[in-house]
Amino acid sequence: MNNTSETPLKKVLLICAKGAIEDVYAALVMANGAVMEGIETKLFFTFFGLDAITKNKMTHLHTSTVGNPSMRMPGGLPFPTLLGILPGVEAGVSAMMKSQMEKLDIPTVPEFLEMITAGGGEIYACKLAADMFKLKKEDLYEDVIDIITVGQFYEMAGGENTQIIFT
Amino acid sequence: MGEKIIAGKTVQVSDDGYMTNMDEWTPEIGQEIAKEENIELTDKHMEIINFIRDKVKAGDTLTIRSVGKSGIIDIKGFYGLFPGAPLKKAARIAGVKKPASCV
Repeated sequence: MNNTSETPLKKVLLICAKGAIEDVYAALVMANGAVMEGIETKLFFTFFGLDAITKNKMTHLHTSTVGNPSMRMPGGLPFPTLLGILPGVEAGVSAMMKSQMEKLDIPTVPEFLEMITAGGGEIYACKLAADMFKLKKEDLYEDVIDIITVGQFYEMAGGENTQIIFT
Repeated sequence: MGEKIIAGKTVQVSDDGYMTNMDEWTPEIGQEIAKEENIELTDKHMEIINFIRDKVKAGDTLTIRSVGKSGIIDIKGFYGLFPGAPLKKAARIAGVKKPASCV
């Protein structure tokens, strides 16, 4: 851990392209972690990741109970995919996952976004995906700064010790 | 790990400058570390420092969210008082170990 003599990271740009709970949280945890370290942070949402910043979807994210080989029953037994297709199972599993996270002091999606912006992190949406899903700025969480193009994204990525992370 | 003299007292510190025995801390030591971090401690700072010390003493995990929910300050204000990396800086000044949480 003695890497203080190396040049520290100055800026990170994170891209979240998927909308399942675990994909969104991977991006949120990393973004918030960077903000907490005093690193300049920009977080971009594209394709299904846009769900995380879409007002009427951000609090209803799900995890997939079908085609997810890491899914386990409580207690650790394998989770049968056929069970995952039953109505309500995916919602139930997602609710359980959220309650587990609450116990670990992991905030909800809107609260997490608030924490990131409170520390100076910036949140953007991808223009192409927003056009595709017919989303406008007013459909998105209020702290989203702008809907931007890939070119604008790269313009923000300049400077030494900048990293782009795709979750 | 090593020893360091802060505000005239010898205390145990980790390689990255966090005190490893929170009982060795005094408000004067807090002042001294705050100076190193270029922070002028106000009453509000001290309230947060005391909150952090109580939390750590109780064995709770220190998170930025818990400070935001403490009723002392919101998260934006916390970033304002300890610019840059608030949880790390506040923990250092409070004489507790480096925070080991991801949120």
